[in-house]
Amino acid sequence: MTVLHRPSSRTRPSLPIRTRAAVAVGNAAARGSRAAGLGRGGIIGGRVSLALQPAALAHLCRERVVVLVTGTNGKSTTTCMLAAALQPFGEVACNASGANMPDGLVAALAASPAARYAALEVDENHLPAVLSEVTPAAVVLLNLSRDQLDRTGEVRRTENVLRAALASCPSTMVIANCDDPLAASAAMAAANPVWLSAGNAWRGDSASCPRCGSAVREALGGWRCFCGFARPAPAWVLDDDGELVHRNGLRIRLAPALPGRANAGNLAFAAVAAGSLGVPLGAAAAAAGTVDQVDGRYRVVGYQQHRVRLLLAKNPAGWAETLRILAPGTDPAVLAVNAREADGTDPSWLWDVAFDALRGRQIVASGNRAMDLSVRLSYAEVGHLVVPDPLAAVATLPRGPVELVGNYTAFRDATARLADDR
Amino acid sequence: MTGESAVRIGLLLPDLLGTYGDCGNAEILQRRLQWRGFPATVVPITVDDAVADSLDVYVIGGGEDSAQSLAADFLARQAGLARAVGRGAPVLAVCAGLQVLGREFTTEHGRVRTGLGVLDLVTTPARDRAVGGIRTRPVSSLLTESLTGFENHQGHSALGPAAQPLGRIEHGTGNGDGFDGAIQGRVVGTYLHGPALARNPELADLLLNWAVGAPLRPLEVPGLAELRRQRLSRPWRRR
Repeated sequence: MTVLHRPSSRTRPSLPIRTRAAVAVGNAAARGSRAAGLGRGGIIGGRVSLALQPAALAHLCRERVVVLVTGTNGKSTTTCMLAAALQPFGEVACNASGANMPDGLVAALAASPAARYAALEVDENHLPAVLSEVTPAAVVLLNLSRDQLDRTGEVRRTENVLRAALASCPSTMVIANCDDPLAASAAMAAANPVWLSAGNAWRGDSASCPRCGSAVREALGGWRCFCGFARPAPAWVLDDDGELVHRNGLRIRLAPALPGRANAGNLAFAAVAAGSLGVPLGAAAAAAGTVDQVDGRYRVVGYQQHRVRLLLAKNPAGWAETLRILAPGTDPAVLAVNAREADGTDPSWLWDVAFDALRGRQIVASGNRAMDLSVRLSYAEVGHLVVPDPLAAVATLPRGPVELVGNYTAFRDATARLADDR
Repeated sequence: MTGESAVRIGLLLPDLLGTYGDCGNAEILQRRLQWRGFPATVVPITVDDAVADSLDVYVIGGGEDSAQSLAADFLARQAGLARAVGRGAPVLAVCAGLQVLGREFTTEHGRVRTGLGVLDLVTTPARDRAVGGIRTRPVSSLLTESLTGFENHQGHSALGPAAQPLGRIEHGTGNGDGFDGAIQGRVVGTYLHGPALARNPELADLLLNWAVGAPLRPLEVPGLAELRRQRLSRPWRRR
């Protein structure tokens, strides 16, 4: 592949004057926000730039090789891994910090004006809006399942709009998980889908066919509905030994630093996406596999006499993966659940999580909805204490390793406090 | 725990109407029986199965609009649930479940669908989606404690003379006329998620008393009294 090296400049010379000005003002707003201690400045800067120049996202993506990563779970991790795979070939603009709506994308692009590549995670419900502005080289669609029903609505509606959006960009390669019927249904509309079999741990939203609603059954060759909608044959399979195998026989060993089958899947997607841009697959997989934390997730930090591993789980599918990661161990765990606006204000989804897997472990229910979690755990016959403050909850446990699993704001607040505490 | 004498809890259409955590209602009924010494099993009834009319209690939950129409098709093909209701089996129907058990509902596309008709109510689309916390006072003398839950729907349900509302609204929208849900015989409908039986144990035990035919001893569930205190007393978060 050809790798272009551009001289770094604060603003890309090809940007129209109004966009350059909008980006400069947005960047200044971001610096101001950071200086005032209001946050990382990503979203405010992007919001300002977009207000001054609504076409800022389209302009900032011009002349870059853009890959968008979307889906319900694994976006940040996959994006981070993809950026690591592309880094040796040129600067990468990347937003793997959860700022995954158009303003967050603008901020990430504006912060790396000379980057040749952009690896951007996009909220699944905002992908159509982004695709109306940007023609990416590739879109990665990881999975689709229920998340924040009070805020974003139902997942089949999301699948419908994604399907229409992916049909509208025929020159974009769409790399999608053929084991997830909802993701497959959306990606099947693409002109150029590349199917990767990465598994599907939680099937609560794919028991009925996204096309006709009848039951999806397991059959030879994978899931199938009697209406004819069926699992597409994969070009790539992530096998049980952690090897990524192409149907032509090529095998690539994946060695993710991050735990769990889901992260092996994320690594497979990152490698295939990088490969689609011309990066040698072995090198892409090796570089992407070195990612060992994603915006604080999976990090182990010291707190008082404890070594706390930080895990994010914010919906039933994410919890199913997290329970798999926790399963081999016996370390005590703090489970922190908030129901603030960014989390979704209805924690009923806790009843779709098989918490009985935690029976026998020392568990503390925490977060601003600790009582909802407590009642859920009681009915799952998981003995536990209740301590609403997650760090106070950690402090009640014996010294040594602790798993701290939080949903979105619970995780974010706990990691910020642990960073301050060090 | 399963055996001839086990209480059998029918979980209707978890594949279609399991979107809002309402499958938890079946698990709650099962545990509340087991903890009191009654063997109990949950019998999931998917869209591929037949509805047995012999189960002791049935629960049906909320789901997406397309799933709701499929659920109505399914129930129209099946006589089992109507027969079970006819012989007095208790049923809890939540949100989309309430609507399909009614006489009629109108889909988001304006199509009028016939429901199972075991609740005397007709549902039409409301102007706005109701999303947020909900608290009601029971209307029926069968219940005494306030009901708490989370609603997320766009249906307006008008009750006919054969049904009585479940609760009078203190916060939230419910049926859209100042009341939530319906009781008709031993069929209970509501818009409350949470799930409804997680937050409202008195309602769970009403269904179970009907199912086993005898009053059940009181039960303390760790965390439940405090959860109810918080949800009933705190300011309501609406969208």
